[in-house]
Amino acid sequence: MLLTNKQVSWFKIVLFILALLPFIRLVSFVFLDKLGANPVEFITRNTGDWTLYFLCFTLAVTPLRKLLHMPWLIRCRRMLGLYAFFYAFLHFMTFLWFDHFFDVAEMWKDVIKRPFITVGFITFVLLIPLAATSTNAMIKRLGGKRWQWLHRLIYLIAPLGVLHYFWMKAGKSDFSQPVLFGLIVAGLLMIRLWWRWFGRDPVVVTGA
Amino acid sequence: QKLAANLNSAYALVEKKTAYKDATTYNNFYEFGTDKADPAITAHTLKTRPWSVSIEGEVKKPMTLDLDSLLKLASLEERIYRLRCVEGWSMVIPWVGYSLSNLIKKVEPTGNAKYIEFVTLEDKKQMPGLRSPVLEWPYVEGLRMDEANHPLALLTFGMYGEVLPNQNGAPVRMVLPWKYGFKSAKSIVKIRFVKDQPRTAWNIAAPSEYGFYSNVNPDVDHPRWSQATERRIGEDGLFTRKRKTLMFNGYSEVASLYSGMDLKKLF
Repeated sequence: MLLTNKQVSWFKIVLFILALLPFIRLVSFVFLDKLGANPVEFITRNTGDWTLYFLCFTLAVTPLRKLLHMPWLIRCRRMLGLYAFFYAFLHFMTFLWFDHFFDVAEMWKDVIKRPFITVGFITFVLLIPLAATSTNAMIKRLGGKRWQWLHRLIYLIAPLGVLHYFWMKAGKSDFSQPVLFGLIVAGLLMIRLWWRWFGRDPVVVTGA
Repeated sequence: QKLAANLNSAYALVEKKTAYKDATTYNNFYEFGTDKADPAITAHTLKTRPWSVSIEGEVKKPMTLDLDSLLKLASLEERIYRLRCVEGWSMVIPWVGYSLSNLIKKVEPTGNAKYIEFVTLEDKKQMPGLRSPVLEWPYVEGLRMDEANHPLALLTFGMYGEVLPNQNGAPVRMVLPWKYGFKSAKSIVKIRFVKDQPRTAWNIAAPSEYGFYSNVNPDVDHPRWSQATERRIGEDGLFTRKRKTLMFNGYSEVASLYSGMDLKKLF
């Protein structure tokens, strides 16, 4: 399916608004007092969930555009990736602000001592250079090849995010959701390996 | 449904009580689902009458008591206790019940009774959460005999002046305010007096995270989070610092039960 430039722009506007809805919902819940008995827990889980969703959406762009012959989808990828960073940032800020009240020393103790937080923190830090180099100017400055190498960090970030979630749930012995995320991320990565090993064109970066 | 009881002034905590709505919609009761919102939605399938509790094991007088005989066994008191969940949040709840020691006295434990074991109902028809293998069912919890005989240990039938809502462990549960919440077995159908330390549900699931004693202790962290602070539900909002957790959840009268024990090892 091919779209005109104009149609793609409209699609992106709609996508932008849709992707912002979870945030709007969360903010409205704060003011409507609908966050339940434990607001911090609610916000932490909600922003964490949406980070994982957007990591999956971002990773799904390339397989989808190939399988559905929708090359223009690549033009939505940057936005999806930045939304993943946006929700990860909110998730981290919830931890730093609402959970630790900006007590950086206390937060740091948690990061070092508790593996699931260590992994979550690393995942967030790894997302920063990707978000920082998402502009066209940065792509030019780095050069396509180097930029592409850097952005392959997503192949590490997504599994680490799932591992963080898995470990968090481990104590509750409740693995159904982390396993589901794990399978989706694994599928999205495997399809890339498949294409690389068994022919089909290598992944072409078109930049925009 | 009202459940009349006189306030026991020895246990009338002067802290703000948790809102009834929060205490009845934010529950860990895995038999009805692992999400804390689940029990309030799904626990209506639990049939709390008729109900009986069988008391067995190392006792001179094993017996099966129905709910009405249990309710009449001692006079009901209202007690306002702190509740500290192992997950780092807390509530203040007015419970209705009587000290478990009343029941223990009645069944006359033998010299072999060193521990007491509480078994929760296991019925797939009434408890949708049992379909998932998150824990070994039925849910089993336990205490050492001296802990069980401590006056704080409350055999509980109600809260907020009413009979227990299903999601809070109806029709009869334990409340042990100096231990993390999961030690207090809900919807109890069996109480066994035993020689050896019981194998308890959470200890089986994750022995490094949930010890047999599980006394509230700010100095012993959970492997995945600190236990030094807690968030009081309904009070400590988004923009408040968490409050400090107290040793034994503030119930220092139980300290003598553990004198000489290394609570860092026997957590």
